[in-house]
Amino acid sequence: MLKIVTSVIARDLKLAMRRQADIVSALFFFVIVVSLFPLGIGPEVDLLRQLAPGVLWVAALLATMLSLPRLFADDYRDGTLEQLALSPHPLGLIVTGKVIAHWLVSGLPLALIAPILGIQFDLSGEALLVLTGAILLGTPALSGIGAIGAALTLGLRGGGVLLSLLVLPLYIPVLIFGAGAVDATVSGLGGEGHLSLLTAMTFAAIGFAPWASAAALKIALE
Amino acid sequence: MLEADNLECVRGERRLFAGLGFKLAAGELIYLQGRNGAGKTSLLRMLIGLLPPENGEIRWQGRPIRSQNDEFHADLCYLGHLNAIKEELTPLENLLAAARLAGETLSEDDAIDALEQVGLAGREDLACKYLSQGQKRRVALARLVVDRRPLWILDEPFVALDVAAVDWLAGIISGHLQRGGMAVMTTHQPVAIPAGNVRELRIG
Repeated sequence: MLKIVTSVIARDLKLAMRRQADIVSALFFFVIVVSLFPLGIGPEVDLLRQLAPGVLWVAALLATMLSLPRLFADDYRDGTLEQLALSPHPLGLIVTGKVIAHWLVSGLPLALIAPILGIQFDLSGEALLVLTGAILLGTPALSGIGAIGAALTLGLRGGGVLLSLLVLPLYIPVLIFGAGAVDATVSGLGGEGHLSLLTAMTFAAIGFAPWASAAALKIALE
Repeated sequence: MLEADNLECVRGERRLFAGLGFKLAAGELIYLQGRNGAGKTSLLRMLIGLLPPENGEIRWQGRPIRSQNDEFHADLCYLGHLNAIKEELTPLENLLAAARLAGETLSEDDAIDALEQVGLAGREDLACKYLSQGQKRRVALARLVVDRRPLWILDEPFVALDVAAVDWLAGIISGHLQRGGMAVMTTHQPVAIPAGNVRELRIG
């Protein structure tokens, strides 16, 4: 059971490595959007510190959105998705592998670069640590929830816009608790509670979303 | 044995066929014929369980395929219109990945052998985006060389192949039937399959 998940992850990572432009463009999008705020607002440190969590998280949501339409679209177009659906392994497990691979190439790089971007907002060391942790814990939920949207809009014309409309509202809880964790740390309340909730959301999303996506994919394949 | 009973297919508002049934036993091949739009591909997609029939039932080894998706898929090899190969991967990587997803074990040597058989010797390590249409089709067909699952469902397997490759593929299908396999396929070119019990089914 684990073997099919790891072989799907290995395949998707290999494909992503051969198409690095996708990963790099989402990452640069994140870097640029986040960097625009300090440039636009100017050197008002207190204001920047207040804005930082929200700005970083909104940029992370949008950067994740960028890579979502291709999550299933390539496999759908070249017929691989049919073969995945006809595999003797449950489609939900295969989608779990795809979601994890998506997180490794989209969520993980965001978390790694976030502390560097956070410096532009004059965040303290502790706040940067919590920010990284929150993005690390929250982005798998974004990949999971996004997979449902990507599966539902598969094969539709103008699916990209519809996908954003479907998925962004569902990202709100992750946004609130993700940004809240950093806010709480900055104000001295401690962000542990927020981080726990983020972890819970991630586990729920990784456990449940692939099966919902699999059901949607089967409809798309009919 | 694959049995189809009283199948009905409705696409959009139109009924493509109804009351269709057949039995396919070991060593048998069904040639599915019919004009464009008669529902050949729809029927194949019903047989592999991707398209639920409006009416009727499909059974594999006596049990409805709906109730045994995983066991049925372990016995099924489907080759569709689309090649299901990744442009960024090499033919060898494509073949190995396909086998792994199908839950089969395939050694690298066997995979290279299969690619040689389909005429891709020396191109195992070239990304598929540099191959021609016919060569891509051959990468997809290489799956059949190493496949030992009993039921093959092939949608237009001869498309984009040259004359020599058509003969070669007919031989591969014959070998499959001789081993006691079964196959359902659609084609517009009549191709003689030397071995096995070949029947025709006309729809529409």
